[in-house]
Amino acid sequence: MKHVDEYRDGDLARGVARRIAAETRPDRAYRFMEFCGGHTHAISRYGIDDLLPENLRMIHGPGCPVCVLPMGRIDDAIALARRPEVTLCTYADLMRVPASGGASLMKARAEGADIRMVYSTLDALEIARNAPQREVVFFAIGFETTTPPTATAIRLAQREGLENFSVFCNHVLTPAAIDAILRSGETVVDGFIGPAHVSTIIGARPYARFAQEFGKPVVIAGFEPLDVAQAILMLLRQANEGRSEVENEYIRAVTQDGNRKAQAEVDEIFELRESFEWRGLGEIPDSALRLRPAYAAFDAERRFAMQPCAARDNPACECGAILRGVKHPRDCKLFGRGCTPQTPMGACMVSSEGSCAAFWSYGRFREKAVS
Amino acid sequence: MCLAIPARVVELLDNDMARVDLDGVTKTISLALVEDVAANDYVVLHVGYALAKIDEAEAEKTLALLREAALIGGVA
Repeated sequence: MKHVDEYRDGDLARGVARRIAAETRPDRAYRFMEFCGGHTHAISRYGIDDLLPENLRMIHGPGCPVCVLPMGRIDDAIALARRPEVTLCTYADLMRVPASGGASLMKARAEGADIRMVYSTLDALEIARNAPQREVVFFAIGFETTTPPTATAIRLAQREGLENFSVFCNHVLTPAAIDAILRSGETVVDGFIGPAHVSTIIGARPYARFAQEFGKPVVIAGFEPLDVAQAILMLLRQANEGRSEVENEYIRAVTQDGNRKAQAEVDEIFELRESFEWRGLGEIPDSALRLRPAYAAFDAERRFAMQPCAARDNPACECGAILRGVKHPRDCKLFGRGCTPQTPMGACMVSSEGSCAAFWSYGRFREKAVS
Repeated sequence: MCLAIPARVVELLDNDMARVDLDGVTKTISLALVEDVAANDYVVLHVGYALAKIDEAEAEKTLALLREAALIGGVA
């Protein structure tokens, strides 16, 4: 497929890897964080870690929306789905995420709740149009990439007078999370691979302060393996030259200003929440969105007077520390011992973007064990 | 969740929609979030919506950069 195959060329990747090896200084260590689960997935799937020198390590970041959503929000969604009048529409990634007491959306559906997996918010709108007697709620999660499609659905619902459609909004913001990681000081990072598709929307500009105020290089990169390898080389060069700038490897889809039409759509429908809880990172101010009062009729939290429930993850689960980049999946006692993609005990094992699922699925830990 | 794939626009339809080709698979998607997209453009497709137009000239530049880095690195 055009714009995919070119960026998966093994010979080119080995060439870039040799360049990385040649430019890595032996007298220092490099720790770069790939923020996005999409990059984590590419690194595991294509074995990019294996091409890197020992003193250059990639740290997996929290950019997996399924992983950072606190368990209480899944509990809230299940409670909503159990209401007899509600049809809950969700992206497939959320179906198997563990909730309190061993519950999940998948189990709730098996028990009779009307839960539908949809590919697009357009499908959720179609379900609402075809079932005017049902309360159709879209369980919206995701970073800036996934927010504009939710905003468009709300705008369309308003235009059509679709009164049985609403959104349980859990959209979160990437720069706020990077800020929280840097401020915590807990994770030592020499630079970031910046998001691919989040950046198609927000552009390169919002990362400038991480380069300027925190002195951390940022290289925005596509999700294909050669994009990732090239971004690592660019980060390495910045680190070696003592530069901290925002560079853009993904220029074929990301501009300085991003997609202004999508930004305007989001701004019309959503406003900042004062604070939002993230798994692993805790409460982060101004890190998530909710519907503006003008769109309150489409806000499931108001429409159903949802009461947030507090929930605690399995105490043995290390998802929190893994999402902060402090621990690695192999440091978790549950990893592979009960917690696998078939029987996930923590969110990082559910989504293919989760560090644990990526590490397990491509067998990286097995290779390490025998080498 | 943020995964998106390149799709070639085959035909513009009414209501900001378009028919796209995904390596042989045809799908109807929304163009509500992008501007100035024409038939044969490649777009970044995510959950049924085009998020950005792929810039062919910039793609060529990136590939040239990769080939150069790989060449200096030594392609086997």
